[in-house]
Amino acid sequence: MSIAPAPLEAAKPGGAARAALRPPSSLIPGSSRNAYWLYLVPGLALLTIIVVVPLVWNVYLTFTDYRGIRPPEWIGLDNWIELAGDSVFWTSFANSIAMIVAMVVVPTLLGLLLAAMLFDLIGKKFGARLASFLRATYYLPQILPAVIAAIVIGWILRPQNGALNQVLEAVGLGALQHNWLGSPDTALPSIMVIMVWVQLGYPIVIFMAALQRVDPELYEAAELDGANWYQRFRAITVGIIRPEIFVVTLTCTIAALKVFGPVYALTGGGPGTATIVPAYYAYSEFFQSQQVGYGATIATALTIVIAAVSVAFILVQNRYERQEEER
Amino acid sequence: MSTVLDETAETVVTSARPAKRPATRSAGVRKGRKPGDWVVLAVAVVLGFFIAVPFLMILINSFKSPADYNSSGPLTLPTSLYFDGIVAFWERVNFPEKFWNSVFISGLVAVFAVVLSMFNAFALGIGRVRGRLWIVVLILLANMLPQEVLLYPLYFMFKEVGLYDNQWAVIIIFTVIQSAFGTYLLASVYSTFPKEMLEAASLDGASRWQILWRVVYPISRPTLSVLLIFFFIWTWNEFLIPLTFLVSNATQTVPVAITVLQGDRLMDVTTTSASALLGLIPTLVFFLIFQRTLTRGITAGAVK
Repeated sequence: MSIAPAPLEAAKPGGAARAALRPPSSLIPGSSRNAYWLYLVPGLALLTIIVVVPLVWNVYLTFTDYRGIRPPEWIGLDNWIELAGDSVFWTSFANSIAMIVAMVVVPTLLGLLLAAMLFDLIGKKFGARLASFLRATYYLPQILPAVIAAIVIGWILRPQNGALNQVLEAVGLGALQHNWLGSPDTALPSIMVIMVWVQLGYPIVIFMAALQRVDPELYEAAELDGANWYQRFRAITVGIIRPEIFVVTLTCTIAALKVFGPVYALTGGGPGTATIVPAYYAYSEFFQSQQVGYGATIATALTIVIAAVSVAFILVQNRYERQEEER
Repeated sequence: MSTVLDETAETVVTSARPAKRPATRSAGVRKGRKPGDWVVLAVAVVLGFFIAVPFLMILINSFKSPADYNSSGPLTLPTSLYFDGIVAFWERVNFPEKFWNSVFISGLVAVFAVVLSMFNAFALGIGRVRGRLWIVVLILLANMLPQEVLLYPLYFMFKEVGLYDNQWAVIIIFTVIQSAFGTYLLASVYSTFPKEMLEAASLDGASRWQILWRVVYPISRPTLSVLLIFFFIWTWNEFLIPLTFLVSNATQTVPVAITVLQGDRLMDVTTTSASALLGLIPTLVFFLIFQRTLTRGITAGAVK
C-alpha cells in the first residue's frame, strides 16, 4: 500500500549508464514526467490554501495573545510556558490515553479474536452467511455519525428515566443506579465503554477481509500436524494479517487522539474536567473562552503528538519488516 | 467521527493487494460441529445482541408516547403506535431541509474529491513526477492533522471572503481533506497500472488527457466508486467543521441539527429517541443500498 519507490536510476552505482538508456519516465511511453505537473496544480493549490496556510498561521498564533477581536499581539513563548504548567491540559492528555485503551487496545484485541472466530470457526462450521450477518451486526455502530451514536447512548445512560437505570431497577439491582455520565467517577469509564461499542466493528471487518488471503490448506495442514486452535491462531491468523493489525492500530490511535464529537455531544468534557480531551479543550478555548492564541497552542501540541506517534509507529514497523526479511 | 473514515480506508487498501484465494473453496467442510463450537457461536450471538440493543431500544421507544414511556419503561413494546415524537422532531428541525443540506454537501464533496484524487494520482502514480513520495506525505498531512489546528485560520479566511456560514466553505474544505486519502490510495493503485494498456493507447496517438479519461478512468472505476461512497458517508458524518461553519439553521447538516437540539432540555425522552432514529436512518439506508458495491469493490481489487 505504500507508493512504490521511484526507480533510483542515477543514484545507484553503475546506474548512470543504464539511466542514459532508460531515462526517468512516466508509465506512458514518450511523455516526460514533468508534463504531469499540470495535473497536480489544482490539488496542490487547494491543499496550500486549505491546509498549509492555516497550519502555518495556527503555529504563528501560538506565539500571540489573541482574543479574536483586536489584532494578535506577539508574546513569544508565553502560551507554551503556560501550557506546560496547565493541569487541565495534562488531564486532557491522560484522558487521551484512556481513549487509546478504549479505541485501540480493546477493539484490536477483541476484534482479532472475533474475526478469527467468525472466519475460522463460525464461517466454516455454520456457514458464511451467518458469519457475515454477525459481522454486519458488529459493524452497525460504525456507520452512524459519531455524535448520533453518542446521543443514542447518552439517552440510555440518562440518570432519570434512562434505559440502563430502569433496567437495573427492573431486575432488582436498583442499588446500582447511577448518574453514569454526570458523576466524575463513572463519566470517563462510561465514555470508554461507548467508544469500544463504536469502534469494535472496524477491526473485525478489516481483519476478516485480510483473512481471505489465508489459504485454507494452511489451516488444514496445521490441524493435521496437531496444532490446536490457539496455535493456529497465533501462527497463521496473526502472522498473515500483521500488516492490517499495524494499519488498524495506527489509524485508531490517531482517531483516539483526535476524538471530539462524542465528548462534545455527551459530556462537554465534564463533569469538571473528568472527560476533557485535547481536541475539546482547544475547541472550548477558541469558541467559549475566546482565547484563540492559547487554543491554537493546544491544537499545535496535539498535532506534534500525533506526528510523533505516527513517525514512531512507522519506524517500528519498518524495522520489524526488515527483520522479517532477513530471517 | 474519523473512525469511520479510517475503517473504510483500510478496507480499500486491503483490496489493493491481490487476494490470494484458492480456486476451490472448501465450503463443504461443515464437518463435525463439536459442543465447543456451539459455545463459541452462542458467545458471538450474545455479543451481537448487546451491540444491537441500543438500536432496538431506539426503534421501540421512538414510537411510544411520553406517558407510555413513563408508565412502562424503556423495555416494553409501545402500547399503541405514537408518531407525535417523530413528527414533532421532524418539524422542529425542518428535517427535509437538513436532509437536503447533508445530501448536497456530501454529494458534491464526494464527486469533487474523487476527481481531484484522480488528477493527483495520475500525476503521482502514472506520471511519476519527481519527489512524489514527499508530495504524498504532504498531502496525507491533511488527513492526519486534528481539524482544530485548521479551524481558526479557516474560520477567519472564509469570513473575509464572505463564505462563512455558507455550505461552499464546508464543501471546499472537505474536498481537500477527503481527496488527501483518495490521492494516497489511488496513487499506489495507479503505480501498478498495467503498462501495456498505456503503451497501446499511446501508440494509437492518444494524448495524456485522453489516456486519463479513456483508459485509466474506466479501468479504475470500481475503486473510484468505492471512494465515492466512502467520501459521501464520511462527509455526512463530519461534525466539528460543519458545527463551526454552518451556524444558521438553514445551512446545517443532519448531525449538527440533531446535536444542537440536544441542548434543548425541553425535549422529552421519546422525542430524543425519535431524533436519533431520524439521524441514523439515512446512513443506514445508504449503507444497505451500497453494501454490495462496497463488497464488490473490495473483493474485486483495484486494477487487475
